[in-house]
Amino acid sequence: MLNTAFKDKTMIQVEALTKHFGTFRAVNGISFNIARGEILGLLGPNGAGKTTTLRMLTGLLKPTSGTIRVADKSIADEALAIKRMMGYLPESAPLYHDLLVFDYLRYVAEIRGLRAEARLDRIRQLADICQIGDVMHKPIGVLSKGYRQRVGLAHAMMSDPQILILDEPTSGLDPNQIVEIRRIIRQIGREKTVVLSTHILPEAEATCDRILIIHQGTIVADGATDQIKRSAAGEHRIHLTLANADPGVVRARLEAIDGVAEAITETPINGTLPVVLVCRGEADLRGSVYREIRQTGWDLLEFYQETQTLETIFRKLTRED
Amino acid sequence: MPQAWFVFKKEVTAYFASPVAYIVISIFLLVTGWFFFSTFFIFNQADLRNFFAMLPLIFAFVVPAIAMRLFSEERNVGSLETLLTLPVTPLQVIVGKFAAAVAFVAAMLLPTLAYPASIGLIGRLDWGPVVGGYLGAILLGGAFAAVGLFASSLTRSQIIAFIVGTAICFGLTLIGRILFFLPETIVGVLAYLGADHHFQNIAKGVVDTRDLVYFASVTFVGLYATHLSLREKN
Repeated sequence: MLNTAFKDKTMIQVEALTKHFGTFRAVNGISFNIARGEILGLLGPNGAGKTTTLRMLTGLLKPTSGTIRVADKSIADEALAIKRMMGYLPESAPLYHDLLVFDYLRYVAEIRGLRAEARLDRIRQLADICQIGDVMHKPIGVLSKGYRQRVGLAHAMMSDPQILILDEPTSGLDPNQIVEIRRIIRQIGREKTVVLSTHILPEAEATCDRILIIHQGTIVADGATDQIKRSAAGEHRIHLTLANADPGVVRARLEAIDGVAEAITETPINGTLPVVLVCRGEADLRGSVYREIRQTGWDLLEFYQETQTLETIFRKLTRED
Repeated sequence: MPQAWFVFKKEVTAYFASPVAYIVISIFLLVTGWFFFSTFFIFNQADLRNFFAMLPLIFAFVVPAIAMRLFSEERNVGSLETLLTLPVTPLQVIVGKFAAAVAFVAAMLLPTLAYPASIGLIGRLDWGPVVGGYLGAILLGGAFAAVGLFASSLTRSQIIAFIVGTAICFGLTLIGRILFFLPETIVGVLAYLGADHHFQNIAKGVVDTRDLVYFASVTFVGLYATHLSLREKN
């Protein structure tokens, strides 16, 4: 969360943003700030309200209530000025099927107000960055999804905008292309503000400075990637598999270790006993657990700590209650 | 508004990039050519009256077909979303698209200039009604294009846009011809609404302000309704 000290660097300011579609609340009173030069990932399951939020940021949808200010301009009053600062790539890059890629990019360059002499240079540059040089003279309709996505990215970056809003930028791309697009996004993010939505966790982890987890229209977590991991780490688990051990004794001995809240023994399989230790606090208990086991006659077959991936946190936060 | 000009340019490119344009133009020329020349030599008169007499009916089908894709396709593909986040106002988009449809109507009428040219060679043609007729055709095409544009802004299906547009244009064309069984008090009002009546006035070679105002107002209402429909979306 940004405090007031960073206020002068704030690029986008969202306050109590709400959007209803009929009786359905797609976005329910969310507030956040985005700093200049920050890459923010909107993360959430399908239907969480990511796309609706992005559409309101671009001025495409009018909020039911709440305000959005971009570079201290109100989106309601100065929509055109804000659109000039913004590049937007909608989900699955909807583009005109009949037009050639080059004709389309020239059209975008014209509308974006690039000077006539600069247009061709800029298109060449973008063709390089997005690697679409070899499809310039094909109709958009025949392109594969990956190429279409890259044309969409070129479209969004045309005027070198201050803010780039990308809705699921890597959907439909192959692994190599994903790495490439992430590289491009990180590169842009050094100077520009980037907001991207995704439901793929490693993606958010790999590209974003900060993550906003949205669930059912509200923010359930907001912070840098490692910060979110730490805040959700209140409880972690150690998995063991033992042999030659009696479940009752195992429970008693292991629960006696300081920091272990509960030792859960499962049904023995072929004489081996799976055990899950639920641990409180952030302390690493693996050492003391091992020392305890060493004093017994148990055979230790398996021993590992569940890693707190973003995935587990995400599941914890967005579980349907 | 250079933006409207860029939208116009892109729409014209898109028109001629797809085969639909050539199909529509061919059908238009075939139908008008057949209807016109099949009776032309029977009447044995060097004028284009028959050609212009049926133009409103043909336009009522063809012009909505031209306009149907302008917004429906964008809605269907989703590119309206990309378009509206570019720094353009909805008004600029509407004006650009409307102008492209009118330009297409003009391109479609262009080959028919061969009719007056060839008739002028074989007989003494009165050029007044011909000039009036083509002026009227553009005005009529513009009015119908505005109606078609509105129909197109309502739906993501081009078929529905076409049917709605045709129904309205057809109604405007025929309203003057079904008046005979209506009470005389409302005939005066309804007669003014008929597109055919105003078009035939101009096609006689008499350019009256009332007819110009009629076409201008239908066009304006169509474009304004399109604007409202676009705004309603968000």
